[in-house]
Amino acid sequence: MQDLIETASQTAGPYVHIGCTPNVAGIAMYGGDLGAVMRTGPVQGEEITIIGAVHDGMGAVLKDALVEIWQADAAGLFNTPHERRGKADPNFTGFGRSAGDMQSGEFTFHTVKPGRVPWPDGRLQAPHASLWIVARGINIGLQTRLYFEDEAEANAQDPILSRIEHRGRAQTLIARRTAPGLYRFDIHLQGPQETLFLDI
Amino acid sequence: MTQAPPRQGGFIARNRAAHPAALHPPYKTSILRSPRAALLAFPSSLSEETGPVFGQGLLGPLDADMITNFAAPGESAIGPRIIVHGRVLDETGRGVPGALVEVWQANAGGRYRHAKEGYLAPLDPNFGGCGRCLTDAEGFYEFRSIMPGPYPWPNGGNDWRPAHIHFSLFGPSFAQRLITQMYFEGDPLIPLCPILGGVTDPAALSRLIATLDMKATIPMDSRAFRFDMVLRGRRQSVFENRKEGL
Repeated sequence: MQDLIETASQTAGPYVHIGCTPNVAGIAMYGGDLGAVMRTGPVQGEEITIIGAVHDGMGAVLKDALVEIWQADAAGLFNTPHERRGKADPNFTGFGRSAGDMQSGEFTFHTVKPGRVPWPDGRLQAPHASLWIVARGINIGLQTRLYFEDEAEANAQDPILSRIEHRGRAQTLIARRTAPGLYRFDIHLQGPQETLFLDI
Repeated sequence: MTQAPPRQGGFIARNRAAHPAALHPPYKTSILRSPRAALLAFPSSLSEETGPVFGQGLLGPLDADMITNFAAPGESAIGPRIIVHGRVLDETGRGVPGALVEVWQANAGGRYRHAKEGYLAPLDPNFGGCGRCLTDAEGFYEFRSIMPGPYPWPNGGNDWRPAHIHFSLFGPSFAQRLITQMYFEGDPLIPLCPILGGVTDPAALSRLIATLDMKATIPMDSRAFRFDMVLRGRRQSVFENRKEGL
């Protein structure tokens, strides 16, 4: 076994959309952008939309960020050949990528409410999605999680939410339900509302 | 007799000393975009250990050829022709098969095809500036492009980016997501770059620099550069206490 060191991260820079969402950047390529569609047919479970924005330390909304989402389907299964617990919903990819609206900076994911996924010891985690944020000025991609306001009971028992020392910061991981099927999740890179980022 | 594959444990903790710090003040944009609180560490679960997997069906025949993938029929991008190739490995030294590699870059004059880009160098009508490919069964990848130009950027009063190609990598796990930049051996702008200056470990910096590879160079056609990348790895231990299927 060789002992190698992970390649150093570098900022995605201001033109990440050329490489990752070229069609949004005005470059017609690949027959469409990767991760633009998460629901490829009729899906199991509740269809939801997640809308949010990424804010800098002065409260300004980033308009050059790229946000990715990875999550389980409604039954808690992942759509990957490495899933060994069952077969995930074939009409749900579990992966989304949003360049954000060029004017407002808001990112949007049309997804499903995820089911519960086990923790390594077998306990069930609360429903959540993993998010990854890159942009100009972000030297290493930021990992965080999105949980749901209307899952209070599961959230109270979640192995990650319950280990957050500063309890107020747990709230930064909770998406607000603003209408049936609609959730709002704001990411603050810095400042009093700084999002809890994960070292995984 | 065949051996069972080693059991995969959780992810090896990230060696953050080999990465730039979130806050690197000479790179001014990092000042307001860097978290100040400590990150929360925890054992990886299936949410981090799985990730989207992409197949060959995703790719078109020209995706990995930036010389022609945006060009008019019979045309090609302007600039020194290059091949960039290498291997994607994980921290345990094993090739990562099926990794999606997405690349983007400026044209030969140092200009990006982007609405917010205002550098006076001209666009090349036959160059889009993005490409992608999947690593093969052993983790090798290859694409073709033109040498990107260096360009000035608003940061200090007179900052220039060394010539570079941006790379986005997907391993099989979401915890492996990585974006980095590849630089070219011998570029005198490398030690002057405020972004690269965030990589304080000289060995980590040298691993971001592709080397001229004369063996892979195609005579009378294209120079080749070699660039290997390492994604995070997982522990391999029969003693790690994890429930079946996790």
